[in-house]
This record gives sequence, structure tokens and C-alpha cells, in this order.
Amino acid sequence: MSDPRRDRMLALGAPAFLVGLWEVAIRTGVLDARFFPPPSLVVLTFWRLLADGTLAAHTAASVTRVLAGFAIGAAAGLAAGLAMGTIRSLRVALEPTISALYVIPKVAILPLVMLIFGLGEASKIAIIAIATFFIVVINTTAAVVGVEPLYIEAGRAFGARRLQMFAHIILPGALPAIFTGMRLALGTALIVIIAAEFVAAKDGIGYFIWFAWNTLRPEEMFAGFIVIGALGMLSYEAVRRIGHRVMPWLEDDRPRGGREDHG
Amino acid sequence: MSAKILISDVTKIYPGQGRPLVALDRVSLQVPEGEFVCVVGPSGCGKSTLLRILAGLVPCSSGSVAIAGGRRGKPLHSLVFQEYAIFPWKTVLQNVAFGLQMRGVARPQREATAREWIGRVGLGDFTDAYPRQLSGGMRQRVGIARAFANDPEVLLMDEPLGALDAQTRLILMDELLRLWETDRKTVVYVTHDIEEAILLGDRVVLMTARPGRLKAEFAVPFARPRGIEVMGDPAFAGLSYQIWEALRDEAIAAMGTRA
Repeated sequence: MSDPRRDRMLALGAPAFLVGLWEVAIRTGVLDARFFPPPSLVVLTFWRLLADGTLAAHTAASVTRVLAGFAIGAAAGLAAGLAMGTIRSLRVALEPTISALYVIPKVAILPLVMLIFGLGEASKIAIIAIATFFIVVINTTAAVVGVEPLYIEAGRAFGARRLQMFAHIILPGALPAIFTGMRLALGTALIVIIAAEFVAAKDGIGYFIWFAWNTLRPEEMFAGFIVIGALGMLSYEAVRRIGHRVMPWLEDDRPRGGREDHG
Repeated sequence: MSAKILISDVTKIYPGQGRPLVALDRVSLQVPEGEFVCVVGPSGCGKSTLLRILAGLVPCSSGSVAIAGGRRGKPLHSLVFQEYAIFPWKTVLQNVAFGLQMRGVARPQREATAREWIGRVGLGDFTDAYPRQLSGGMRQRVGIARAFANDPEVLLMDEPLGALDAQTRLILMDELLRLWETDRKTVVYVTHDIEEAILLGDRVVLMTARPGRLKAEFAVPFARPRGIEVMGDPAFAGLSYQIWEALRDEAIAAMGTRA
């Protein structure tokens, strides 16, 4: 039996308990305060960095790169995926190459991207765009190919021509899976930008965390983790809301305890 | 009366790996204007293939099919599929107006027609609902309304009630009869259910197990307009048994080749 009030208490109480345990573990010396600053210090540091605008500036730098790179990569991936999904010969020609390139971790080619695009913003945006492109193109192609044949047959039976077929059947039929790809890509874009900023930036949340390590300030590192966590949650929620807007015919996929697992 | 639908010597062979599969073997059938023909046969006898050939979705290997047209701008045929062929991303209104939209009918006009048919199938309160909000029976009403609203020369129905439970089927059969009475279009209705065929049809055509051939046909004697009450007529049971007698061997043969 599910009781919503009890569920909420468990969902909020468990993390609060863990944070309390963490604080106690440091105060009693079980955890090493040099690696794990107490939550109280992390919160204080977080507020200080928030108030003086440090976190805002770094967050803005990272978010700008992610949005620019994601927009370019997703647009290109969507266009290429729709084309490959619709035109068989294109798919046969390109799919093996794309699948092979897809499995290379994008962080691995960062040095090459920096060689080509230099040390400025372009290389960061490019690496995000590349990472996004591969995920979106593969998911979009699969989404188009996977449209239920019965719907295509129904479209033909009612005289849909090529363009009508695309607009009324292929595209809406593929949208849910396309959105899954977008959500995955945005998650990956966040990982890639942090990694890229570790080594190749003078601002951004990744740089901020790296710098905190270099200067031995773990409490600032943890403040950075909080920002990344918040960004991840916000982007997930944003894609979900946009998806709900664009695909009103779908059941709300808000995750609920014990029913679905959204990794 | 001249034939509205003329099926002449239609053969369909699927190449496949190994032995080619003969789905239909020289099938010929004439359907006069305004007749409701039910095609009954065992599973896998090619009756759905015949319907898909009529709908222009599948080419036949030899022979020909012809549907007499005549009215300008009207489609030759509309197909009612089994339950899940209405578009989940379109509302009831958009689904029912789909055929008209594909033919370029202006929005106010196609929506007016669609609303009329939605009302006739009793879904007026669900005009703007999406299919996921509807029960199976309601979804199939949408599929039926979509075909009727398209105003075709002939209606083709491929086991439209096959996915529904027994009670919903009975209700929808009654509704289908009532809808059909409004303009008595020519219908080819494929089913494996003998009673459904007798209740709905003017004529029941029986097909053999694969390769599908026409085996026999039965005239249905019940007067129109007709309702579910004819099922209580002793002649209904008699005809039903007679058709089953002819079908039984085919059904057994079909089980043998499919196992």
C-alpha cells in the first residue's frame, strides 16, 4: 500500500539522515576532514560563493558552452538521423561508420579537437556538438526506422503522399524515441563539458572544481558538485517538460517510486 | 446491376526463402454496388491479403482488381484495420478527419464532416481526446468513423472487431449495421467469425486454407434493416452450422500446415 505522505517523508528523510551521518562521522574523526569537508562547511562555502557571484559566473560559462554545442549537435544529428531513417541507401552507407565512431569516448578526441579549434571557446563547443551529434543521430535513425509499420500502412491506405507521410506519421511516430536520444545527449554533454573544462578552460564549473583541487580546497569542490547536480536535475526536468509540450498524446512519464526507473 | 468491385483471377505469391508461398490462387469475385460481402476463412488463408490487394497496399502477382469509381474527388476505398491502427498522436477529431486532410479538404469542412461521424459513433464527448484515453471499443469506433468519414466508393474492413472482447463485439456489430444503413456502401468485410459474417453480410464467401481459393458462398436471407435480434432466428443457427460444415475441413487443414 502506498501512502503519499509516508513516501514523501522517506524520500526527504533518507538523504537528510545520510547528511547527518556524514557530519557526525567527521566530527568523531571516522572520516578524514581533509577529503570530506563536513556538510555544514560545504553549505557555508556554497552560500559564500553564491553570494559573491563566483558560482554564477562559472555556471554561466559552462551552461553557455553546453547550450551552444548541444544546439549545433542536436540540430545536425536530428537532420542526419531523419534523412538516414527515411532513405535506406543513406542508412546502409553511413550507419557502420557512425556506429564505429560513436563508441570512441568523446573525451578521448578532445586533444584533437583543441588542435583543430584552438584553445578558445570553439573547441569546447565543438566537443559538446560532436558528443551530442552521435547520440542524437543514432537515436533519431532508430526512431524513424522503428515507427510502427501499421501506422505507415494506415497512412498509405488513406492516400498520404511522401511529404504528408513524413509530417503526419513518421515524425510524430518517431518523436518519443528522438526525445529519449535528446535527454541522453544532454546528460552526456554535461559530463563532457566538465571533463573538457578540467584541462582546457579558464572558467566554467569543471575548471572551478579542478582549481579547487589544485589549491586544496575540498569544500569548494563539493560546492561545485552541488552545482553539477542541480544542472543535471534542471536539464532533465526541462527536457521532460518540453517533451510533454511537444507530445501531449503521451502519458506523463514523471518517475514514481517503485514503478519506473529512469537512469 | 454492374459490378462495383471486380476481382479477376487474382494470384498472390510471396517469393520467400526456399519454397515460394502461394497466398491466393486464382480468386475471382464480383461485388455489386451496395452489397455487404463477408469473406470468411481459416487463419492464414489469404483473406487479409486479398483485402490489402483491393486497398492497393500490396500488388498481386497476376490477375486484376478493379473498383468502379465515378464521383469526382472521392477515394475508391477506405480500410478499417484491426484495433491499433489509429494514430496515437492525433486526437479523435484529427484521426477521423485524416483521410479528408490527405485529400486536401479544407479544415472547416473536414472537421465538420469528422464531427458528424464522431457523433454517429457516439464519441461526441471525446472529440479532443487522444486514443490512449479511450477503451479498445472506443478506439475501434474511431477507426470505423475514420473510414466512413472519408466517404469512399467501397469500404474494406479487415477483422475490425477481432481484437475486442465478446460483449464489445456484439455492441459494435449492431452499431456497424446501423451506420451502414445510412448510405449502404459496398463493403468487403474479412472475418474468421461465422456469426459476425451472417449478421452483417448479404453474402458470405468462404475461402479454403492456403493457398486461398474461393470454396463456397452463401446468401444471407435476413431482411434489412437488420439488428442483433436475427441471431435468435432458427434460420441463423441453421446457416451458421451449414457454413461451419463447409469451413471445418479448411480450418483443420490450416492447423495442419501451420503446426
